[in-house]
Amino acid sequence: MDGGMIATTDTLVRFSGVQKTYDGEHLVVKSLDLDIRKGEFLTLLGPSGSGKTTTLMMLAGFEVPTHGDIFIGDRPIKNTPPHKRDIGMVFQNYALFPHLTIEENVAFPLSVRGVPKAEVKERVRAALDMIKLGNLAGRHPGQLSGGQQQRVALARALVFNPALVLMDEPLGALDKRLREHMQLEIKRLHETMGLTVVYVTHDQGEALTMSDRIAVFNDGIVQQIDRPDALYERPVNSFVANFIGENNVLSGVVENIEQGWARVALDAGGSVVAQAVNIGGAGNRTSLSLRPERVAIETGDSGDSDMNRLPATLTDLIYLGDHTLAVLNTPANPEFMVKLPAGSYAGLSPGQDVYIAFRPEDCRALDPV
Amino acid sequence: MTAAFVAGADVPLKRRLKRAERARQFRALGLVLPLLAFLLFTFVVPLAGMIWKSVDDWEVPQAMPQTVAALERWNGQGLPDEAAFAALAADIRTAHDAGTLAVAAKRLNYIVNGYRTTLLSTGRKLKEQPAPGTARETLIGINPAWGERESWAAIKSASGPVTSYYLLAAVDLTHNADGAIVHAPADQSIYREVFMRTFEIGFGVTALCLILGFPVAYLLANLPTGRSNLLMIFVLLPFWTSLLVRTCAWIVILQSEGIVNGSLQWLGVIDEPMRLIYNRFGVYMAMTHVLLPFMILPLYSVMRGISPAYMRAAASLGAPPATAFLRIYLPQTIPGIGAGCLLVFILAIGYYITPALVGGAADQMISSFIAFYTTETVNWGLASALGAVLLLSTLVLALVYGKLALGRQTTGGLKN
Repeated sequence: MDGGMIATTDTLVRFSGVQKTYDGEHLVVKSLDLDIRKGEFLTLLGPSGSGKTTTLMMLAGFEVPTHGDIFIGDRPIKNTPPHKRDIGMVFQNYALFPHLTIEENVAFPLSVRGVPKAEVKERVRAALDMIKLGNLAGRHPGQLSGGQQQRVALARALVFNPALVLMDEPLGALDKRLREHMQLEIKRLHETMGLTVVYVTHDQGEALTMSDRIAVFNDGIVQQIDRPDALYERPVNSFVANFIGENNVLSGVVENIEQGWARVALDAGGSVVAQAVNIGGAGNRTSLSLRPERVAIETGDSGDSDMNRLPATLTDLIYLGDHTLAVLNTPANPEFMVKLPAGSYAGLSPGQDVYIAFRPEDCRALDPV
Repeated sequence: MTAAFVAGADVPLKRRLKRAERARQFRALGLVLPLLAFLLFTFVVPLAGMIWKSVDDWEVPQAMPQTVAALERWNGQGLPDEAAFAALAADIRTAHDAGTLAVAAKRLNYIVNGYRTTLLSTGRKLKEQPAPGTARETLIGINPAWGERESWAAIKSASGPVTSYYLLAAVDLTHNADGAIVHAPADQSIYREVFMRTFEIGFGVTALCLILGFPVAYLLANLPTGRSNLLMIFVLLPFWTSLLVRTCAWIVILQSEGIVNGSLQWLGVIDEPMRLIYNRFGVYMAMTHVLLPFMILPLYSVMRGISPAYMRAAASLGAPPATAFLRIYLPQTIPGIGAGCLLVFILAIGYYITPALVGGAADQMISSFIAFYTTETVNWGLASALGAVLLLSTLVLALVYGKLALGRQTTGGLKN
């Protein structure tokens, strides 16, 4: 599961066997073990109710783990109140104090720490210059646009040089263009300031763009924690395969497994060879995961025996500029999707009988959905 | 642009806009018209009438029109001339027969104690109009008071059509015979003290309501909806019983043989009953109870709008709970504190029944005196003047609040 590519540096935060329940019946977080490394940008990604926000709130100190503990360095922080944790946090709706000016908002964490006035002024100016809002220092939050408020919230969370910065869906309220711009800006701050960031989002695009590592949450469990490319290319189970990116699913039963390769008999007839990733033994049901850009469309038999081949009928071609999406009807999946690179669909037309072809290494046999 | 789009371009755009808006304005006016009419007849007209009554000086001009006219020439030095005496004699006879003399006598008695007797006895004894040139002798003969300048100055000062007498009296001031503003005689100087007492009780009750109401409002605003609704019913419960019943309940509870004294004696905390009612303590207790919802409701509505994210943000930025409360939460509740305090204070200084029932003689507030003058002595002028002073102080407070509220106006940082 480990990304392994980043040189393993110091662990800054460690979740150890953390559980959380609100009602005493359902666990919102089920046994969480998670290491956050110093200087990394870790994203907690998952659908709503998956436990990612609860995890963040436990780290910030607003929720108490029902079981287990969280460590910053070697120090357990279960009994440390939020204001002593030295964690900067950016909230979903910014939570800028409406009765204070921008300058006073950014100065707040410094003044409660008793930093001398002159130094506060200097650091606030530097922070506001960093987000390029020095000219709005005297305004109140209500007079700023959403994007500007977001940047002030960032400056406020960073101005006291916290060991760790938490962000709870900070870009959710912004429009698409501004969101993309802010993603890059946060990324830049992370790199230039060497921050450790824990970022919560349900937007996979955002997670893929910004993160060093992504922890995919579902049902209170970390399904997979890995680098963005590894998550996309090598999902370890069907949930991750379906949650990250486009995915085609073919259902079947495992016939046999040999040296990591599984022969799977599809329910709709025919059999394919796939990488055995997350299946028991022969006889178990499995869902095959296929990325749309890893599948080719063939009009005739190319004769390449290493390829898996399934008959299909082309039902639709959707032009999307940089690529074209082909929708096919195969017995195993009536809405099979294939991404064709721009300009490579000459000769295809809807209604045509074709074959879909894919390599065994691009087809992952995962747990049945 | 085609011709169809610029149809009516000969009419200026502003005029067309106005025409379009007019229909909407009429409709809006129609919707508020019933309320406006209601307010006009039940609020604006009586209020204007009250203020007019506090300066209206009709009694003497009505009963003694000739004297009033004759005194216009008098410069206030020495006694007026013979013509004024003759006019007075004529007026007294006419008014005596018409029965309007008593009203004027009562009005003049406010200025000079004993004037009532002077005027009424003169009316009884003056059988006929004195012969020309003898009016002066005759009147002074009937009552030597007519030979004193003060008697004439009183008539002149009450000769209308408006007077500052009542308004001055409401703040313990009066005109002396020379027309200068001086302190009223000590036996009539009670209103400043009563006003001060009224404001003191008002401030006290407001402070108590704030201290007791703030935590409750906070609890209400931060509980889950179901439980906060239940609690809200308890807050609103007092509104469902009449003010009189609630006040009487306090009498039952606080009196010497009441529940509180009984329990304390039974527990052996005290040997003999404490005096809890018919004094200032009872007034504070009962009024705070009655007015508490008016503090809680505005506070609650403001606190409801303060997202819990602010306190979390403050904590995450390193503020201990007390600092976060004082620097982040409290300032945001100031509109609610202002509205609640203003509401409670204004209601409190107008209180009449509660202090009358649970207070002692030294706890009566200005409204008791207003009621006294309207229902007991029928001195509408003074009652109106006291009311006008109360209204003025309330308006000043409201203005101050308005200024403060505008100065502190904040715009929400949260989008939701």
